[in-house]
Amino acid sequence: MIYTLLGQAWSAMGANRLRTFLTMLGMVIGVAAVVLMTAIGQGAQLAVAESINSMGANLFIVLSGSTTSSGVRVGTGNAPTLTVADGDAIAALPGVAEVAPIHPGSAQVVYGNNNWNTSVFGVTPSYLDVRSWPVEAGLPFTDTDLRSVTRVALLGKTVATTLFGDEDPVGKTIRIRNSPFQVAGVLSRKGQSLDGRDQDDTILIPLTTAQRKVFGTSFPGSVRLIQVQASSPELMASVEKSMNSLLRQRHRLRDNQDDDFAIRNLTAVADSAAETTRIMSLLLGAIASVSLLVGGIGIMNIMLVSVTERTREIGIRMAIGAKESDILIQFLLEAIVISVAGCLIGLVIGIGGALLANAIANTTVVISGSSVLLAFGVAATVGIFFGFYPARKAARLDPIEALRYQ
Amino acid sequence: MTGNVIQVSGLHKAYDTPAGPFPVLKDVDLSIAPGEFVAIMGPSGSGKSTFMNILGCLDRPSSGEYVLDGKAVSTMSKDDLAGVRGGLIGFVFQGFNLLPRISLEENVALPLVYSHVEKEERLRKARVMLDKVGLGQYAKSLPNRISGGQQQRVAIARALVNSPHLILADEPTGNLDTKTSEEIMALFEELNREGITIVLVTHEPDIAYHAKRLVRFRDGRIVHDGDVSHAQHDDHGEPAISPSTLLGTEGSLS
Repeated sequence: MIYTLLGQAWSAMGANRLRTFLTMLGMVIGVAAVVLMTAIGQGAQLAVAESINSMGANLFIVLSGSTTSSGVRVGTGNAPTLTVADGDAIAALPGVAEVAPIHPGSAQVVYGNNNWNTSVFGVTPSYLDVRSWPVEAGLPFTDTDLRSVTRVALLGKTVATTLFGDEDPVGKTIRIRNSPFQVAGVLSRKGQSLDGRDQDDTILIPLTTAQRKVFGTSFPGSVRLIQVQASSPELMASVEKSMNSLLRQRHRLRDNQDDDFAIRNLTAVADSAAETTRIMSLLLGAIASVSLLVGGIGIMNIMLVSVTERTREIGIRMAIGAKESDILIQFLLEAIVISVAGCLIGLVIGIGGALLANAIANTTVVISGSSVLLAFGVAATVGIFFGFYPARKAARLDPIEALRYQ
Repeated sequence: MTGNVIQVSGLHKAYDTPAGPFPVLKDVDLSIAPGEFVAIMGPSGSGKSTFMNILGCLDRPSSGEYVLDGKAVSTMSKDDLAGVRGGLIGFVFQGFNLLPRISLEENVALPLVYSHVEKEERLRKARVMLDKVGLGQYAKSLPNRISGGQQQRVAIARALVNSPHLILADEPTGNLDTKTSEEIMALFEELNREGITIVLVTHEPDIAYHAKRLVRFRDGRIVHDGDVSHAQHDDHGEPAISPSTLLGTEGSLS
């Protein structure tokens, strides 16, 4: 029976191919748009999530603060108010997982005939844990290197390729500001940061070496910034609070004095970036859904025309024994066949378009089974929903009126 | 009383109009026994078409009894009426009413779709019926490939395919020329000889004379019911149906 009905729906669709095609086109465009937009939106979310992960999770940056001398206030990070000892004190706070004091700077780096200006970070071994940044070749430096102020360096991927090309850098000697450093290892690729900087254009050296032998400091042991990792996202707020009071106490600030440090919550930045892309992909999906809705209305429109056009046929079918439900199913099935066929074509075009965007524009796309299933389900529902009214109209026709219809 | 194919008593039908109910049928009684061949005549607006629609279970009376094959049709649900139309009655229309997009055998098999017969069986029965009306060789053709008379034969095959006890024909020769009309009427006479009850509505006395019994409607009532041979007599007393009336009701001919 269902086979017969499908055959009837097929021949009815074949009777007016152009119209069937145009009706289907509404569904095709709607579904293709939903699939493509969801793929691109989820791709953007994935890209943001990756760059957030590359930064490290649950991170604070504590910056040394500004001071005022002779009425001139210098910006954050310029006064040597933070020390390694501050970092050690923070590490002892509850809820703090890792602390990495950093002394950044930039320097000209030379290897053989090549030279390159890059940022040089004086860090402790825990920095690699905080950033979740593994060493790809060679070994990381250790607390021993820190204590004995050795001249060893870890190269970021970009620096390694710029200076060494195809050569293996591990064990070679480079010159940073004319001091020789041995390359202990090469860091794995990290990619771009959220603000677009190349995170691999970096050299890491022991903090003590940076302070005493490369950049020098105003006070022994001072650092420009400290990265702090909380042990869980829930503890971020309490850690921020206790860090603040700890540092005020250690720096002997009176109640009416401003902080001489600044605490930045990087998770908040990451969260807002993630939220932005989430809203963007939601918006894309919503706009695409509108075209699916328009496609559905197109089906309803054509089915209404079709019912009017075939009033006489409906009358004949009723006269020879068709029940209301037979007529209802016949027209509903036509609407469903059109929407499902349009949906399948739309899926193919949508997935193809997403793959094409990936191949040509190198856009990150995510084609998830759930979003494809969802688009398919919605399209089928749209077909049934918008097909139902015309089908019911057909089924409710008075057979005598229908037979008389010219 | 029992055993009649059609048993109608006290049948009323009124249509609702803005000016109040408009009576079309007034207290109609009629019994038709199995194997009868009845022609219904009457001028336009006499109620004969409404009567046919009620007989065919396409319409329901406002009041009165209609028993078809022992079943009280007037109280049936819509779905049951659809079942009666498909199983007990075969319809033949003036305009043939074949579906234009499907082949002749599929047209003939269509009533069987709604009585849930398997596809193989449907087409087999359809071919048997097409052979019976002499059009077996056109089984795969579309309706627009054959002449009007042939289309009407196909329509008759379709009416017969569910082995109904009753065939209702509404002006079956209205769109056909005289020679073809005679052929169609010969086919009806043959079916009637096989025992099928036939009720047909017509304007043309020539067509009516093929029947055995004539029922004449006027103003919603039966004004004559008797043998066709007597009707020929009565006809002289009544004005013949004028060409203008014909054109008025069937203006599509021009």
